[in-house]
Amino acid sequence: MIQFEKFTLANGLRVIVHQDLSTPMVVVNIMYDVGARDEDPQKTGFAHLFEHLMFGGSVNIENYDEPLQMAGGDNNAYTTNDLTNYYIQLPAENLETAFWLESDRMLSLAFSKKSLDVQRKVVCEEFKEHYLTKPYGDVWHKMRELAYKEHPYRWMTIGKELSHIENAQLQDVENFFFKHYRPVNAALVVAGNVTADKVKALAEKWFGDIPSGEKYKRNLPQEPEQTEERRQVIKAGVPLDALYKCWHMSNRLDSRYYIADLLTDILSGGGSSRLYQSLVKEKQLFSNIECHHFGSTDAGLVVVEGKLVKGVKMEDAEKAVDEELEKMKNEPASEAELQKVKNKTESMIAFEDMSVMSRANSLAYYEILGDASRMNFELEQYASVTIEDLLKESRTIFRNSNCSTIHYLSEN
Amino acid sequence: MPDRKQAPPIVDAVNFELKLKQAEKFSLDNGVEVYAVNAGAEEVLSVEWVFYAGNWFEDQNLVAATANFLLRNGTSSKTAFQINEHFEYYGSYLNRACYNETATITLHCLNKHIKELLPVVRELITESVLPQQELDIYRQNMKQRLKVNLKKSDFVAGRMIDAFLFGENHPYGKFSRLEDFDALNRDQLLQFYNEFYRNGKPILFVAGKIPAGLDVVLNRYFGDLPFGNAEMKNMEQQPVDQKKHRIINDEAGVQGSIRIARHFPNRHHPDFIKVMVLNTVFGGFFGSRLMSNIREDKGYTYGIQSFLQNHIHDTAWMVATEAGKDVCEATIEEVYKGMKLLREEPVDEEELLLVRNYMMGSILGDLDGPFQIIARWKNLVLNNLTEQYFYDTISAVKTITAEELQLLAQKYLQPEAFYELVVV
Repeated sequence: MIQFEKFTLANGLRVIVHQDLSTPMVVVNIMYDVGARDEDPQKTGFAHLFEHLMFGGSVNIENYDEPLQMAGGDNNAYTTNDLTNYYIQLPAENLETAFWLESDRMLSLAFSKKSLDVQRKVVCEEFKEHYLTKPYGDVWHKMRELAYKEHPYRWMTIGKELSHIENAQLQDVENFFFKHYRPVNAALVVAGNVTADKVKALAEKWFGDIPSGEKYKRNLPQEPEQTEERRQVIKAGVPLDALYKCWHMSNRLDSRYYIADLLTDILSGGGSSRLYQSLVKEKQLFSNIECHHFGSTDAGLVVVEGKLVKGVKMEDAEKAVDEELEKMKNEPASEAELQKVKNKTESMIAFEDMSVMSRANSLAYYEILGDASRMNFELEQYASVTIEDLLKESRTIFRNSNCSTIHYLSEN
Repeated sequence: MPDRKQAPPIVDAVNFELKLKQAEKFSLDNGVEVYAVNAGAEEVLSVEWVFYAGNWFEDQNLVAATANFLLRNGTSSKTAFQINEHFEYYGSYLNRACYNETATITLHCLNKHIKELLPVVRELITESVLPQQELDIYRQNMKQRLKVNLKKSDFVAGRMIDAFLFGENHPYGKFSRLEDFDALNRDQLLQFYNEFYRNGKPILFVAGKIPAGLDVVLNRYFGDLPFGNAEMKNMEQQPVDQKKHRIINDEAGVQGSIRIARHFPNRHHPDFIKVMVLNTVFGGFFGSRLMSNIREDKGYTYGIQSFLQNHIHDTAWMVATEAGKDVCEATIEEVYKGMKLLREEPVDEEELLLVRNYMMGSILGDLDGPFQIIARWKNLVLNNLTEQYFYDTISAVKTITAEELQLLAQKYLQPEAFYELVVV
């Protein structure tokens, strides 16, 4: 049970305090309710590029990193399709430095042209490093476009194409900032060696006078139900054939989410999982195979991906995957198998909760999802999943008309 | 309204008195050493068995790594599936890893399941059979994985620079080739397993909220094993002569993987600790010279780092980055300019204080939690150091002067000592 206290400033900023006196450190985590899904389809990759610009100086503070490093702190940030998160860890004595830095860049960025010019290049290099130079690196660009026709999950966080990043203008940066980076669209979590009173005082002092901003009303095109199977073949200079299959699943707040999460654990995620045992070890059709899901806030995707053993025919490999999925749909899992994936989830949560940073991040995430206290009820949600649920959910998810498939074939 | 131009006062982290929490040390009946750190609020444990069974001890490439991998793939009474199912049923993670000198088995679990898990770990150490079929599957899948990795410039650059520095026959320089996988045979692996695991020399590292009586339980399962000693033979480094290399791995590549590296002594050399500070200034954190110049000013790369390789024997000091193909040479030039600046001008006091504070804050943060603390102890024990090394590090961070740093830069940051590699 993670204890925390929550209050809201007059400008709408939600503040959560989680005390842990066993650490000499404190974590300050600010999550903004904006991700790649909120981008203009003609200006994709912007939320992430923007995350880089948040380190390019704010209205009163020229350099963000140096004062923090001087205070013995460290920080990082990440952007997903759903949200953007910034976190600092520093010695508890220097907590106020984090408030000073984070509040100033929430107040306003410096909107420096130099920063934009440089970070455009940095992000282009990141794009190349992760998506262009790696074998199979473009597959998720293609798969998202195949599986999503309407919803903005059809592009990746890094952006649809390099040109969108290259063309970003300073005016876009400013508009994006004042639309999304307002107190009313953020949650601040302070965790570690602190008292709630101290956080209240500091939050009022540093964040209290920032204009509230307008609550961002998300109105995204929802993905219509898929009604027929989609297929694509890619040929590229990769050494091995690979199979990718995706099915639409529920959104993060639906109770079906937990069933799908356990389903993917049964299928993959360990040496005793079904796909690994059957397709890698027994039939030796794949050299590796994984099943996971996007974990996204809006309706996500369940994914099966694997590389074929050289010489295996794609149709044989795919048929074997389908057979395993048919089993999920038609034969109840054993009590022991269900218990296994529940136990795994329980210990995964315990290990995650060891780190103050991870606790702070989770509290912010659940708060942005709607309520930080959800964090303490996750395990119950998993515990309540039944064998019948698994069967039913498998039948809902693993339908051909709900499926997109990519055959990624070696040209060699 | 707060004065936002004015930074709040800070306590300089350099003034902190950092303490390394003691690890309890005890021996099992057969003399096996156990280090234990009891800390943390969650009911979780990690137990690591470190064997002297790394690739230092193999006569043929990949024998150590393969024996280590196959530890989980079958004993005289359990199949790979049964072993995996057992650990996974209890929500535990059983991992193994092979390094240069050592190879490990690591168990992470909830405290309440430890008694179900330790007997099976014992079985892996005493009764593994490394089945032929498991070897065949491993060989086939690893060869496939290698083929994919060989398409990646960072992977290729990483292994080439090590081979340049240490020679392809040295444990730090050798790398896997497809034919090495083909040459593996089960008898050889069994022999290695028998010598370096079943009759090997482990050290145990335990951390978490340690339940009462864990020492008795560890002794029950591991205190009667016939553990011996592993002699670490001397391996000669055979660096290549040519220092500069440009490799085309992918004609269509849009980025180059740059590695610039020189030899460097190990942690027992008096310069090592001090160079850790110099390295931090140079390329050891986000605010470093290399990062500020090459990423934040020029935008040539998503990231650039310098680091001392984590080796027990003599090691290397390396700069690594992936940069746009057309700016690779410019990036290398900037790296050398950075070295020159450190040789010619003392680091100013403000920058040095920032680095001291940053390093102290980061060590403080690093000591947070049982797994982090035991990792420090493991590092000391395996490198044959005492906790004094930890305090010497703190002291160097606090007191090293700009003059000392400049002298170290003049001694070590000489371009002609560096190997230079770009793989596109």
